Amino acid sequence: MEADQTVPGRPLEADPALADSLSEPPQVDWEAPTDLAPTRRRLLAALRTPLGASAAILLGLVLLTALLAPLLWSGRAEAIDTSNLLAGPSAQHWIGTDALGRDLFCRVLVATRLSVLLALAATGLSVGVGLALGAAPVWLGPVAGQAVVWFIGAAVAFPGLLLALFFAVIFGASQTGAVCAIGLAGAPSFARLCHTLIAGVMGRDFVAAARVGGISRGRILFRHVLPNVAEPLVVQATMGAGGVLLSFAGLSFLGLGVKAPAYDWGRLMNEGLSGIFIHPLAALGPGLAVVLAGLAFNLTGEAAARSLGLAAQGGYVAGSLPARSARSGRTAARPPAPPPAPAQREILTVEGLRVFFPGPDGPLQPVRGVSFSVAAGQALGLVGESGSGKSLTALAVAQLIEAPGQVEAGRLSFCGADLLADGPRLWRHLLGTSMAMVFQDPMTSLNPTMRVGDQLAEVSRQHYGLGRRPAWRRAVERLAAVRIDQAERRARQYPHEFSGGMRQRAMIGMGVMGSPRLIIADEPTTALDVTVQEQVLDLLRSIRRQDQVAIWLISHDVAVVSEVCDRVMVMYAGRIVEELPVARLRHDARHPYTRLLVAAVPDMTTDLAAPLPTIPGRPVEVGQFPPGCAFAPRCPAAVPLCRRRDPELEPDGAGGRVACWRAGQPWPAVDWTEAAP
Amino acid sequence: MNAAAEAISPPPTVDGAGPSAATGPAPWRWATALWRRRWVRFAILRGGRLLVSLWILVTAAFLIIHLVPGDPVRAAMGITAPAEVVEARREALGLNLPLGEQYVRFLGGLLRGDLGDSIGSRLPVGQVIAQRLPATASLAGLAFLVAVLVAFPVGLAVAVATRGGRRRRTELGFATGSVLLGAIPDFLLGVAFVSVFAVGLHLLPVAGRGGPATYVLPVLSLCLGPAAILARIVRVETLGVLQTDYVRTARAKRLPPHRVYLRHALPNAVTASLTVGGLMLSSMVAGTVLVESVFAWPGLGSTIVSAILTKDYPLAQGVVLVYGVGVLLINTVVDLALAGLDPRSTVGAS
Repeated sequence: MEADQTVPGRPLEADPALADSLSEPPQVDWEAPTDLAPTRRRLLAALRTPLGASAAILLGLVLLTALLAPLLWSGRAEAIDTSNLLAGPSAQHWIGTDALGRDLFCRVLVATRLSVLLALAATGLSVGVGLALGAAPVWLGPVAGQAVVWFIGAAVAFPGLLLALFFAVIFGASQTGAVCAIGLAGAPSFARLCHTLIAGVMGRDFVAAARVGGISRGRILFRHVLPNVAEPLVVQATMGAGGVLLSFAGLSFLGLGVKAPAYDWGRLMNEGLSGIFIHPLAALGPGLAVVLAGLAFNLTGEAAARSLGLAAQGGYVAGSLPARSARSGRTAARPPAPPPAPAQREILTVEGLRVFFPGPDGPLQPVRGVSFSVAAGQALGLVGESGSGKSLTALAVAQLIEAPGQVEAGRLSFCGADLLADGPRLWRHLLGTSMAMVFQDPMTSLNPTMRVGDQLAEVSRQHYGLGRRPAWRRAVERLAAVRIDQAERRARQYPHEFSGGMRQRAMIGMGVMGSPRLIIADEPTTALDVTVQEQVLDLLRSIRRQDQVAIWLISHDVAVVSEVCDRVMVMYAGRIVEELPVARLRHDARHPYTRLLVAAVPDMTTDLAAPLPTIPGRPVEVGQFPPGCAFAPRCPAAVPLCRRRDPELEPDGAGGRVACWRAGQPWPAVDWTEAAP
Repeated sequence: MNAAAEAISPPPTVDGAGPSAATGPAPWRWATALWRRRWVRFAILRGGRLLVSLWILVTAAFLIIHLVPGDPVRAAMGITAPAEVVEARREALGLNLPLGEQYVRFLGGLLRGDLGDSIGSRLPVGQVIAQRLPATASLAGLAFLVAVLVAFPVGLAVAVATRGGRRRRTELGFATGSVLLGAIPDFLLGVAFVSVFAVGLHLLPVAGRGGPATYVLPVLSLCLGPAAILARIVRVETLGVLQTDYVRTARAKRLPPHRVYLRHALPNAVTASLTVGGLMLSSMVAGTVLVESVFAWPGLGSTIVSAILTKDYPLAQGVVLVYGVGVLLINTVVDLALAGLDPRSTVGAS
């Protein structure tokens, strides 16, 4: 959205701000955006929002006043009353009278027509000239067109009011001169908008087809391009008209616009300013009218733009869900799930972990009672499809879920400390030095405006109280330890100068700035290409070997997990459905979901001629969990019991845990290709 | 030319494992050379853009008098002026020379600081501007500072307070307040301030330029609107930044909240906000014209208004040039701030 810069000093619709408004902050949508409804229906929907409705009603009133006021009140507005000069507000004259005793309220109402007409004329000029300039590449050809586009780029750097003054010098101080000045001053920003819109349409297939078909430029422009850009242009022009109204008032206020005996709001303000000592309402009344009318145009346009989804272009589609969730809330513990099998020297113990998020119909629970533990030096894997709650589980354990998300657990202890008993503030040092996190996307996980070395060094400065230099030396040394060549030079660079693999290694380096007991790696290799993946996994393995660090590796990739880990947990629909040693994963998994996951990964013995098996059906949506086993609808082994009662996670008698009524039992042969969605 | 060509070549982003890095010169030389190249490249590209914009501005200012419909000299001197006087003035303004020669003389004059003489007062335009500029520059400069100093802390604080849908009422109040404040034109705000604080409460002077007290109302009326809009932009940008992965990384490092917000979120939010809101700041340069008119401020605003009314083209031309240069300066300052805050913006400076 281009801001129309003609507003004196301030574009009203300065657009990213548009994403933020009276109503909602950017929020996560749990659902995919719905399909586009027809334009008219969406516009009507905009009118039903409180903002849209009041803006439209206000605009209606302004237009009605512009139409009727001169017919009804011209007489009173012109009537000179020498006995009542510069009178203050009274029952007869609501906002007083002017220097000739004329009723100011009537004059403000009557001035509506001229003010609005002039603003619309100037807006029309802006749009017309803007469209002609913005379409230049189409009708002038690429070379001359590019020159025009370049010129537009230079012109939009100047504020609208300055351009208006520039043109006012040329056209002189008169009503027509002001229309031309403001109209031309607004043209560059419309030109840029048109250029962007037209370039978008020109790139589409049907235009390409028309060009190949030998249809002339003019015809393409009028038949294909203009109809497609009209809608956003009209919306933008509506918003722009509000700004133009204010600009015009500004020029008239300066005495460069409307000349006596005609009057618009700006002129009335100008006249009122001289009498401000006697009664300020004479200047403020017309000013209020300007602001109201400006807002009416502006907000109506904005509401329409939103309903058409134009505002979304500059919006902030936030990253993944976990990113927006974050700090943990400690709440009353629920009855804990059965405790996991005891392991020796546990450094992390989690019991009955639940995560809640507010949903449209009550709270959603994407993580539903997860219990497990990690022993020192152990490598535990967590696999599952996307949306199964893996990442949220990791963030909840790391105390990084922020409001509105909430975390509940029966027990959450790390290195012997009870994370639930005290706030994150108390455990900051412990977590900051002993728990390291590696996130999925190394491209976005490092701060783009800080040197990589500083990002590492601040861990030591914060948690070990090291000075600038020792912390920096430690950072360089750690970078070298994660196999980054020329660590000294690299430490001075910014993340954008690093490759993806190097950034992920730097993230791991950041984790080993302290003395970690546990590294939580959430899909650390998913965003990397295969050769780099191997380097990163190798690094994790060697850190684990050298320092007895436990690793909790979260991935959707069974192959990655079985390469690094000793034990694997399988997660489905917010629950652990099976936990078992990696050695048993391929041939001795009990849960049908685990078995299907493993079967879906090709290995050296896979028959290349046969289609790869896939798991039939789709994962359950959060908030639509069935009463029985969540996997039952997709499960080939399911029996009626599975749909009625949810199985608990219980020891499977072979050193693992499984939550299934039909654990380990065979199921009738399924034709994979048929079953696939 | 060599330096330029080298400066434009992209920085090496070889993975540290590659062999090329091992054969390079000593690390510190690499580092300094890179650092220099980044800024050299930025200076060349940004400086080039500034020069081109200046050239467009100067040419546009030169063309003003030639674009005036009809005979500008006759229009300036009135219908009653004798033909010989008009002709003599036209000759004095050099309007009878070929256009190219006039352009060259105009540029030469600019380089010597000679902007011609005012038609009305016969004084050199440069002298009039020099006399009026300090009032306008101090007003605009102060307003710029206040806007930045208010908008960024307020926007950041509101964003932190209302993140994740907290404190809905604060958020609604801030959004409504900033929208309304941003919708009121500066000159109206000025009039309202005068009527309340000067006429009503007698706290501050009504108009004119003198001691510090006289600055309060003009600066506030000029900067509050842009500050409100900028604060709104800062809030939205900060909310966006607070949801990024690198802020999550900072929290995962268990940094205290003030460090997460001030060291990790703020520079990125400032960068994003300036990219979007930079124009708002330069728009205050032109906004001074209206505010000066409300407060009878003895600056360039009244000069250009009277120059337009009396068709004093050389004077108007000079003032437009000064305003334009002011805008370009602010845009450059904003870009410099961006470059200092975000190393990426110097890489692809366009």
